[in-house]
Amino acid sequence: MNGQIKNYQHILVQNKLALAGLFVLIIFVLLAVFADFIAPFDPLKTSDYAFQPPSLKFLFGTDDLGRDIFSGVIHGARSSILIGVIVTIISTVIGVLVGATAGYAGGFWDDFLMRVTELFLVPPRFFLALVIVALFGSTFFYLVIILSFTYWTTMARIVRAEVLSLKERDFVEASRALGASHTRTLFHEILPNAFPIIITKMMLIVGRVIILQAGLEFIGIGDTTRINWGYMLYNGQQFIRDGWWMIIFPTIALALLVISLNIVGDWLNVLLNPQVRAAHQLYWMIRINKKQRDQHSRNN
Amino acid sequence: MKISFSRFSKRFLLRRLIQSIILILLLIVINFFLIHLAPGDPVTYLAGQSGDEKYYEFIRTKFGLDKPLLTQLWIYFTQILHGDFGYSLSYQQPVSSVILSRVPATLLLTLFSMFIATFSGIVLGVEAARRENSLFDRVANIFALLGNSFPSFSIGQLLLLVFALYLGLFPAQGMVSVEKELSGAAYFFDLAVHLALPVITLVIIQIAQIMRLMRTEMLGILGEGFIMTARAKGVSETRVLYSHALRNALLPIVTILGGNLGMVLSGAVLVETVFGYPGLGRLMIEVITARDYPVLMGLFLLISISVVIMNFITDLTYTFLDPRIKYTK
Repeated sequence: MNGQIKNYQHILVQNKLALAGLFVLIIFVLLAVFADFIAPFDPLKTSDYAFQPPSLKFLFGTDDLGRDIFSGVIHGARSSILIGVIVTIISTVIGVLVGATAGYAGGFWDDFLMRVTELFLVPPRFFLALVIVALFGSTFFYLVIILSFTYWTTMARIVRAEVLSLKERDFVEASRALGASHTRTLFHEILPNAFPIIITKMMLIVGRVIILQAGLEFIGIGDTTRINWGYMLYNGQQFIRDGWWMIIFPTIALALLVISLNIVGDWLNVLLNPQVRAAHQLYWMIRINKKQRDQHSRNN
Repeated sequence: MKISFSRFSKRFLLRRLIQSIILILLLIVINFFLIHLAPGDPVTYLAGQSGDEKYYEFIRTKFGLDKPLLTQLWIYFTQILHGDFGYSLSYQQPVSSVILSRVPATLLLTLFSMFIATFSGIVLGVEAARRENSLFDRVANIFALLGNSFPSFSIGQLLLLVFALYLGLFPAQGMVSVEKELSGAAYFFDLAVHLALPVITLVIIQIAQIMRLMRTEMLGILGEGFIMTARAKGVSETRVLYSHALRNALLPIVTILGGNLGMVLSGAVLVETVFGYPGLGRLMIEVITARDYPVLMGLFLLISISVVIMNFITDLTYTFLDPRIKYTK
């Protein structure tokens, strides 16, 4: 029992961590939304102050062309979050449709859709994206399409597994018995129950997309019309001996954002998972009981 | 000991073998369609963008670009299956020899890092499970979270800044020192010093997943009856963990190793860029810049195929390691 209680304690520790993660995440979203007002300079505008180390005027220093790193980091949050969120939404829609159809229909459709999914899973994501960007070009629109194209598979497999287990439950049978159509049963009865796992996975996918996109930018083949962290690191790599600040600050921003996304994702998993939630409540009940007992014994 | 697969395993492996072959063929088809769907004349993607009109004409006839699409697919197919990946204009060599010349460097980096990450990930996972919820366990967990959240190239850049440029402990760029001619032990030492930072970077991105999985598996197994029996018999805890429990926890690790190859190779591309390491990753970036598409498509195909093969080897190992396994489907 003692070991189990320790585990619940663990969940609580994670909750404090989760609050911190949520806080960081909200800050990044605010930075992204209000980038134009917060950033002191235009992140793409060059100036005569090249390779300035961090100072009061240039908080994070400047790069080889005199562009302000601090402004770049803030505007980078915007492009990273923007692409992360859009790609995640698109790939979730595709993944949920494919996964739900495969899991619910079963038989031939299940086999067919899952073979297609597996085919997409074979080429490593990064290389698939890399080759398509190299062939098709790297405008924002193409990047979104390409990354969505490589991430729907994760969602499809998870949703399929979830639907497979949910469709055997009594409430699904009840819904069918009451005369609900297959579409209605799937979208109104089954999918809402798969929602926790979908939202948790979405958080994690946002982080992976941001990392992958930064990787493409780091190779130097991304969308160069807007500033982003991957491009800043690509640029910093060329001058790595001249200015550590060109590397350190975008890296910290990138890692902080992804860490907070991972933490909040883990936390949502705990929060939305009924089994873990039950364990959590049990822990509190035991703790409150113990407190009362302690008080009782002290009073006597 | 006689090695034999059960009837089920044999059928399963045969099924997987056929599936793998079909997958490889499909990958060639995908490659073909990518070339044809890309904007512009497919000939630029088959020849590379630095060719002249005469060379383009030669490629057009070679790939039958004036013929129907299906005929073109067939021509492309037979050429790939004959091992002809085309000719690289920027290197003035056949694509296959351009790629092959870079394979050893990347293979060294990839396999070495996979080996270290697997070994140390297993040990860390076992030790974390042994001291569940201890300080060690928590610190290990935090490191796992961090390793999962940094892109590979950022980790590389940070290591490069601190250990090569600031502390000066390791060389910053390259695979060997170019200015000196070294041989024997001195050469291997030089190679090892150059490999250290790229390998550590790749180990960091792999180790978290292995460690976490190992910890979970061990925690599950440590609650089972045969562990209690071993402990009751007075077997030392280290022996219980590493001899009795570990053997049963290893299987899931085998499955993720196969899937990890793609991830490690992707990491290698980025890490090679950071450290100026002359492998496949650097080659990939060079050919993208030079618009040498035949090499790019060849690399893509080669990497995808190696992932398929790795997955098949994983299945083979899995079947071999776990005698209980039965595949009824």
